[in-house]
Amino acid sequence: MEAPSTLRPAARLTLTELPLLGEGLILGLSVQSDRVSADLPERLAELGFLPGARVRVLARALFGDPIAVRLGSGTFALRRFEADCITVQVLAPPVCGAT
Amino acid sequence: MSPLEPCIALVGNPNCGKTALFNLLTGSRQKIANYAGVTVERKEGRLTSPAGRRMQVLDLPGAYSLHPRTPDEAVTCDYILGRLPGEVPPDLIVAVVDATNLSRHLRLVVALKRVGYPLVVALNMSDLARRRGVAVEPAALAEALGVPVVSTVGVRRDGAASLVEWLDAHFSIVRVAVERVEPAEPDRGDVAATANDQREVERVLAAVGRLDPPIDTPSDRIDGIVLHPVFGPLILAVTLFLMFQAVFAGARPFMEALTALVAMVAGWINASIAPGLLRSLFVDGILAGAGSVVVFLPQIVLLFAFILVLEDSGYLPRAAFLLDRLMGGVGLSGRSFIPLLSSFACAIPGIMATRTIPNPRDRLVTILIAPLMTCSARLPVYTLLIGAFIPNRTLALGVGLQGLVLFVLYAVGLLSAFVAAFCLQFATGKRTLQPLQMELPSYHWPSLRNLGIGLWQRIEVFVRRVGTTILALMILLWFLSSVPAPPPGFTGPAIEWSLAGRLGSFLAHVFAPIGFNWEISIALVPGMAAREVAVGALGTVYSLAATGQDVAGALTPIVAQAWSLPTALSLLAWYVYAPQCLSTLAVIRRETGGWRHPLLVAGAMFLAAYIAAGVTYHVARWWLGAG
Repeated sequence: MEAPSTLRPAARLTLTELPLLGEGLILGLSVQSDRVSADLPERLAELGFLPGARVRVLARALFGDPIAVRLGSGTFALRRFEADCITVQVLAPPVCGAT
Repeated sequence: MSPLEPCIALVGNPNCGKTALFNLLTGSRQKIANYAGVTVERKEGRLTSPAGRRMQVLDLPGAYSLHPRTPDEAVTCDYILGRLPGEVPPDLIVAVVDATNLSRHLRLVVALKRVGYPLVVALNMSDLARRRGVAVEPAALAEALGVPVVSTVGVRRDGAASLVEWLDAHFSIVRVAVERVEPAEPDRGDVAATANDQREVERVLAAVGRLDPPIDTPSDRIDGIVLHPVFGPLILAVTLFLMFQAVFAGARPFMEALTALVAMVAGWINASIAPGLLRSLFVDGILAGAGSVVVFLPQIVLLFAFILVLEDSGYLPRAAFLLDRLMGGVGLSGRSFIPLLSSFACAIPGIMATRTIPNPRDRLVTILIAPLMTCSARLPVYTLLIGAFIPNRTLALGVGLQGLVLFVLYAVGLLSAFVAAFCLQFATGKRTLQPLQMELPSYHWPSLRNLGIGLWQRIEVFVRRVGTTILALMILLWFLSSVPAPPPGFTGPAIEWSLAGRLGSFLAHVFAPIGFNWEISIALVPGMAAREVAVGALGTVYSLAATGQDVAGALTPIVAQAWSLPTALSLLAWYVYAPQCLSTLAVIRRETGGWRHPLLVAGAMFLAAYIAAGVTYHVARWWLGAG
């Protein structure tokens, strides 16, 4: 997995690694750690985190956890390990001019 | 309720504006109770249409799917599937969807369609969708979905008109539903099934030609600042601080007016009734007791108003976002913040709000620490003591010393809660990582109407409490403080001879080491029922102890004169923990399903109160003695 500094247009990242205000397309959901409950992907799917949906990281709290993610016209707060379960393809670099 | 009245149920995702629509449909004719056997709030109301048809309306808890993951969602799901004991399934489901977020909200409609009840979709927030340029025609959506659609605006006075018209015109549909389809099996809820439903939604949206919503909304720009890692916490701290300053200073003129009113009534009774037992009952029992609690109504209303505005505007979940990491440090999540903040108003709704926490362990810990949040019932005690003992001085930047002390008292409660949560973490064992998955709804201006209804419900509860529990206890206390009458030769105040006086002097042995006199000791007894009763009790005790003096509504100068500063500070410290609230313990018992946890809470808080008051008393004495 590439570091955010070497972004290419089609780079695959986890949602956690998506840069602030950058846009991504969800590719898939998977459980990354055995400390995570197995039905996490199902719940994320019910909120709308489905393959093909577009997401954008709106904010990161102090120390980068949790993150606020824009999905369609809704916003959700996810903890890092939850965002780690979501694989995205980078669609657009961070919007210029925004902080 | 008449069996002939059809029942319509409002179902929708959380934050779809369902409750605003419910308020619009039913006005203030609402009945709030619990579902049988569970502690999920059941909100029912009555709707009378322009054509004179009467319907029951049920506001079901918000749900993301028919595959439940929280107690709230379980109620909605079981109710719809006809599996909730004691409930008759609905005759019609009104699926409320946020018109600005159809691609998510319509997925629940697809699932509801499968269940097979008569269904109508309320395209809510349609005004906002139009402004953002993402509105769809109800007729086109109805065609594509195969379900009737009406558009509504939950926050406008006439916003439910088209829904009510539809109900009137299709009343026969609502009525036929008596023999209904056998409800389908609950949804599987796996990713593939959800993705399937989503494809159906995308098909519908493509058919109505709806454009993708703009990804950048005004809400995002506000979030850029409010959720900022540095500015965000600063804004939160300032907001909370201003809130407590306003609660203290803003309510003052109203409280003074109420105090004057109580004193006026007392004067009027004194003038028109001959001295004797009856006059003493009115003036010393009812007015000095219940009257001194009523004067705190303005503060309680103001506090509730702040919390309701923060909740309605969408700020509360942001605060939860900002505090998630901090709460994670003591093993909780940001989700616990909302129940804990509600506990500042009253621990009972706060403890009930923990139902939105999916993890049972987090929920239990939140319930156990909720009574440490400074509830509004402690305010009367704090206000009385701060008013009597803390000089009304302005420090730098217009910050009042009295407001600052109040803030410190709140902070100590909060800090204790964190310490308790941290310790409980070890008692409840290791755990897996807990998801947050919290929706941050778009900001909007709080609706005055909803604010009004919410406030009115709180005021009603408070006034009913003063009128029933508190009044009854005050009369009982007055009785205990008045009998038996002292023998003719007795020189001290009559109350010292009474049953209450004797009980008080016995309890004073227990509380003397932490600086409480017998008047305080006795006020703590009726204070078991509700914390604010202690103030009323002090009113009654001092009113009967003072010979001929009129105390109604003028307790402040009396305690200022009768107590030492260490005693006052000790009582303040006692009330930071103050275990005496039987209603809270009863709610904890109901929510945790046993006596173990409420007894644990009561014991721990009593101990903490005693130690904190003792330490405060002795440190203050040493300090004043040294200074």
